Amino acid sequence: MTEARQGHGGNRQAENAQVPGIVEARGIRKVFVRKHDTTVALERLDLTVPRGEITALVGPDGAGKTTFMRLVCGLMKPTEGRLHVAGLDVAAHPQQVQDALSYMPQRFGLYEDLTVLENLELYARLHGVPEDVRQQRFDHLLAMTELAAFTGRLAGRLSGGMKQKLGLACTLVRSPKLLLLDEPTVGVDPLSRRELWVILEQMVREEHLSVLVSTAYMEEAARCRSVFVLNHGRILAHGTPADLCGLAAGCCYGVVPPAGMAMRTLQDRLLREPAVLDAVPAAGRVRFTTRGRPEELSALRELQLAAQPLVPRLEDGFMMLLKDDEARQSVTAPAAGAAAMTKAPQALQAPDRAAGTPAAAGAPVEIEVRDLVKMFGDFTAVAHTSFDVRRGEVFGLLGPNGAGKTTTFRMLCGLLPATSGKLRVAGVDLRTARTQARANIGYVAQKFSLYGGLSVYENLRFFGGAYGLYGHRLRQRIAAVMEEFQLKEQADVRADRLPGGYKQRLSMAAALIHEPKILFLDEPTSGIDPLARRAFWQQITQLSAQGTTIIITTHFMEEAEYCDRFMIQDHGKLLVLGSPAEIRARLGRQGAGMDDIFVAIVEQARGGTADA
Amino acid sequence: MHKGFFRRLAALTRKETLELLRDQSSLLMGVVLPLILILIIGYGLSLDVKNVPTAVVLEDSSPTARQFVSFTQGSEYFRPVFVHSLTEAEQKMRRHEVSAILYVPQDFSRRLAQRDAQVQLLLCGTESTTAMSAQGYVESSVLAWAAEQGLMRSARGQVSVTSRIWFNDANTSTWFYLPGILMLVLTISGVFLTAVVMAREWEHGTFESLFVTPMRIAELILAKMIPYFCVALMGMSLCLLAGRYLYELPMRGSMVLILGESMLYLIVALGLGLVISAVTKNQFLACHTSLMISFLPSVLLSGFIFDLHVEPWFIRLVSEIFPTTYYLELMKSLFLTGNYPPLIVRDTFILLGFAVFFLWLAFYLTRKELEE
Amino acid sequence: MNIMLFLRHLFFLCQKELISTFSDKRMRIQLIMPVLLQGFLFGYAANYNLEDIPYAVVDASHSSASRSFLASVEGSPAFSCAAAGERVTDVTPALYNSDVLLIIVIPGDFDSQLAKGTAAIELITDGRNPMIAGMTARYVTAIASTWSLQRTGGKLPVTVESRTWFNPNQLSRWTFLPSFLAMIAFVQVMFLAGLSIARERERGTFDQLLVTPLSPTEILICKATPPVLVGLMQSMMLFLIVRFWFGVPFAGSFVTLFTSILIFLVSTTGLGLSISSISRNMQQVLVYLLVLMIPMVLLSGLVTPVDNMPQALQLVTWADPMRFIVDAVRRIYLEGAGFAEIGLDFIPMLAVAAVTMPAAGWLFRHKAA
Repeated sequence: MTEARQGHGGNRQAENAQVPGIVEARGIRKVFVRKHDTTVALERLDLTVPRGEITALVGPDGAGKTTFMRLVCGLMKPTEGRLHVAGLDVAAHPQQVQDALSYMPQRFGLYEDLTVLENLELYARLHGVPEDVRQQRFDHLLAMTELAAFTGRLAGRLSGGMKQKLGLACTLVRSPKLLLLDEPTVGVDPLSRRELWVILEQMVREEHLSVLVSTAYMEEAARCRSVFVLNHGRILAHGTPADLCGLAAGCCYGVVPPAGMAMRTLQDRLLREPAVLDAVPAAGRVRFTTRGRPEELSALRELQLAAQPLVPRLEDGFMMLLKDDEARQSVTAPAAGAAAMTKAPQALQAPDRAAGTPAAAGAPVEIEVRDLVKMFGDFTAVAHTSFDVRRGEVFGLLGPNGAGKTTTFRMLCGLLPATSGKLRVAGVDLRTARTQARANIGYVAQKFSLYGGLSVYENLRFFGGAYGLYGHRLRQRIAAVMEEFQLKEQADVRADRLPGGYKQRLSMAAALIHEPKILFLDEPTSGIDPLARRAFWQQITQLSAQGTTIIITTHFMEEAEYCDRFMIQDHGKLLVLGSPAEIRARLGRQGAGMDDIFVAIVEQARGGTADA
Repeated sequence: MHKGFFRRLAALTRKETLELLRDQSSLLMGVVLPLILILIIGYGLSLDVKNVPTAVVLEDSSPTARQFVSFTQGSEYFRPVFVHSLTEAEQKMRRHEVSAILYVPQDFSRRLAQRDAQVQLLLCGTESTTAMSAQGYVESSVLAWAAEQGLMRSARGQVSVTSRIWFNDANTSTWFYLPGILMLVLTISGVFLTAVVMAREWEHGTFESLFVTPMRIAELILAKMIPYFCVALMGMSLCLLAGRYLYELPMRGSMVLILGESMLYLIVALGLGLVISAVTKNQFLACHTSLMISFLPSVLLSGFIFDLHVEPWFIRLVSEIFPTTYYLELMKSLFLTGNYPPLIVRDTFILLGFAVFFLWLAFYLTRKELEE
Repeated sequence: MNIMLFLRHLFFLCQKELISTFSDKRMRIQLIMPVLLQGFLFGYAANYNLEDIPYAVVDASHSSASRSFLASVEGSPAFSCAAAGERVTDVTPALYNSDVLLIIVIPGDFDSQLAKGTAAIELITDGRNPMIAGMTARYVTAIASTWSLQRTGGKLPVTVESRTWFNPNQLSRWTFLPSFLAMIAFVQVMFLAGLSIARERERGTFDQLLVTPLSPTEILICKATPPVLVGLMQSMMLFLIVRFWFGVPFAGSFVTLFTSILIFLVSTTGLGLSISSISRNMQQVLVYLLVLMIPMVLLSGLVTPVDNMPQALQLVTWADPMRFIVDAVRRIYLEGAGFAEIGLDFIPMLAVAAVTMPAAGWLFRHKAA
């Protein structure tokens, strides 16, 4: 821990000595012993969650957030250490602890054959919520999650984000002493996410609820009273969001890329500078942190750009903490996996494109969509949508949950036949030559969906073979993608035994083995920490520079900044389509964050229909 | 009993029932499968060999010989085909057109006069039951014919056997199989459905959120059992109704006992299903395990098809591991023999033991804990 | 379509299917151990022949004649005495309890009746298993007539000389064991094929497969390969058990036997895959499989001869490929039948394969779209 937080943390600790926290963890250690290896998930954790406020747990994948949550609710037993929840020893009285808390796991297990209302009722009854309170509570929750119109729908028929919201609603059917939320907003659009936090804050205020939430969204962590940063099972830092922001004070800058250069290209160049700790496109410019002086950065010197200092955000502090920790780790253990995970891909190979013209208007059209319609029965999932995507473009599909973007996406990659309209992919009509069109596309599903029983090498060989590669060419391509995604050491590991980050990379490697013209990515970054997200987008930047067209759906609105163009759908209709700068200009909100832009667009459209 | 036990149990049972009703395939198992089994086993499975296609080769054309083979014609046991030569008959048997050949040689009537006639019976042993029965029919028919013809010397010192069959006046194998249908229906809906339904929750991760509620494991286990108990009861009623009214099964034992013992066995089966799912936590493995340790043994090792009395000692020993064996014995006895207290008491205790053991094991193995 | 590309696709797909079926150690054990266990257990269990049937004796005569008669019963390997009593009521509990399956009652006047002419013995059999009851009655009757003939030194006017082809001792085990080759493989293959697509769908790998340029036909062929191979391997294991452990002589040719089994396996795999295509989840697959498989086994003639069934039901059995493989395997194994004799059995099996395979393909495409 660095000194900056030490003082503050000490004060807090002193306060807590008088009023014990709702969760008191002392020297918690959790080791998983498997047949072939043992993993230390948590290493001597001391942690106090104060009562009556929201505490956040942030950290990259595999930091031990979920393991800690499961320990707190008694689903696992710690290897060492003592854990008290609401004054009860969890190991001795798991049931009493479970009676006192509510927990929303990362993958909330909804009963898919039950309706929305039946799922809610099940949990309300299990928790013994009285009949009179129940109805009021349901109305409240359904309104918040915008599920009121779907109470009779089977949970299995809801879209991914709606399921997540229903899971949250099921968790909130009563006010427990302690509420545990494990990445509750993964896959939830910004609109609902904001509403959800309002509700949460309201519950804390009115019912004096204690909440422990793990999240990958730093702006959510910023709304909490205190934040714990976890990495490799240890606490890196602890303090108020302001404390953590303070770490990056005086290190944050913003720079606007020159005309004709994509923000992601500038970001990529900045990230390659050793002095730059982090760089990310945000609000129309590239935001970066460095402990040195920005004028000394060669990328900025070459492009003759001037950087303005910016007020640090929580994410900046968080990234600095992680970067510093990874640097320490790699000094002590040079081959540490996580360090390799964040290693940047090789330098761009096509310098002319790397100079960064975003896909020129003159580039050939790779995807042509005209008047696309998809009906499910009499329900219109996608209504008369038309757009083009050009070669080398990064194209984003955005929209609230259930807006029809998954449906559009599935039609584009040929998994779902369109009801009507024209759909040409890589110059081939999807209706008549589906097989031929498929040879030109790569697909990364939202959920890891390669064969768990096959090794990394076997998976790659299979998908290579499926795309018609064989012999020398196949071996060459396997070697190339394994190199590119740093999978060589894992070649013989079964895919289902890979850690999360590696799975994601294997999915990418398998999708790119045949060098497709078009790459489809379905929410590739959902549930991934900021560190891995940076690495992922660098990969995308490089691919697009090589001329690969990329179609991506995402729930992280700031990721729209990486796109050359994006479109927002709601209720199956196309609301807006254009580059981030164009859309900002159209709304007249220069410098606004993407979340705000998104919320403004959707609310405007919904308001408009309501008026009409 | 913890506070709110019944409330939570009701909520969970409601959930299970709704899931069951939404997925029609479970009803298929509860209603359609018993019906199919009742019809096929009731009408189709029969070891009563009748109408054996028999080639008759009559080389002796005398009236005596002709009169001799006439027993094949009037009998329900044979369906005779007259052929001219043994070669032709043998060809027919190779082609499975006939299952037996009755060969009456040329010197039949001549040697009969000397009381030394011989006929040959060739049987196809591929279907051994048919061969066994056919041989028995022919031998007894020949004896009967000889007696009728007054050829039997009424010498002193002979023994005749009169046999009486108890418990099965109709002498039909349907009555033998019916208790087995009941057993199969209960086993399938008890073991298989529960094992898979529970394993599915482990696989889909739905337990993680359910576990962190005031719900107790006992409530979960009971809630899983209740709806499938009802489905199985439906199948059971169908079987009993069909047995009583379609096949006129006597049901000599008390109805209360029949129902009570069936429910006891059903609890055993449900318990076994829960144990399997708690151990495997995976639908595929749960399927396989149920198949291996419950379905196949109950068909082949329980006395359903192969009577345990004709088995080697070690097979009998193995069969005693399975609760099915005792339930089947009990049902056969209750249906056809009546209330026979020693047997009922013994088997009830054994089944009770199994029920307690499996439920305890299911309870012990199902923990509110995640492995990883 | 380019034939080389097609073959290459098949190669990669089959390789993947085989690795994912066999790479898991638990899975390998699941595919081998139960087969061995079933082969041995059911090989012994599948028996209709009388061996050591327990019986009870009520000998009211206590004469040398009655003892002589009972000695000849006891001398038969089919029976073994388990109880004795003075009155029938003494031994009825044993019958109720299933400790004995028949009671031989020798009346008090046995000796005097025998001196006068014919003495009657009474036999009480347990009708709960009418087949065993009938067989024991016939057996005792046969023992009685042999005993009479020996006593009187007489001879029957007509003797029946029986010979049984292919199975001289009429052992029911010989009838059952060859059909197990098909039955046990059948159960496994239906499960493997039935769960294959449903499992991919539940795990989400199916979408990934569908976006590749592989055609549904290719995917289907390769989904069918591992079950068929597993089935063949299991039948071979069972063959070794039947031939060398149980010593049932093999009269036919390997080629004929395994060609028939292959055709059968293809037709049932088609059935399994069709089920897999229409099911939403593995639970449904299981239900459909059981609802289909149990009647198929029962109607196949494995347990009781098809000829014993009522006409209407015999017609139904035409749709059951199991019926024809049971017939074919028995005839090839025991009788040494060649393609010429059992050729007709292939037609219904091939017909089923010709319906189910395209049906699986259609359902698969239809449901996948």
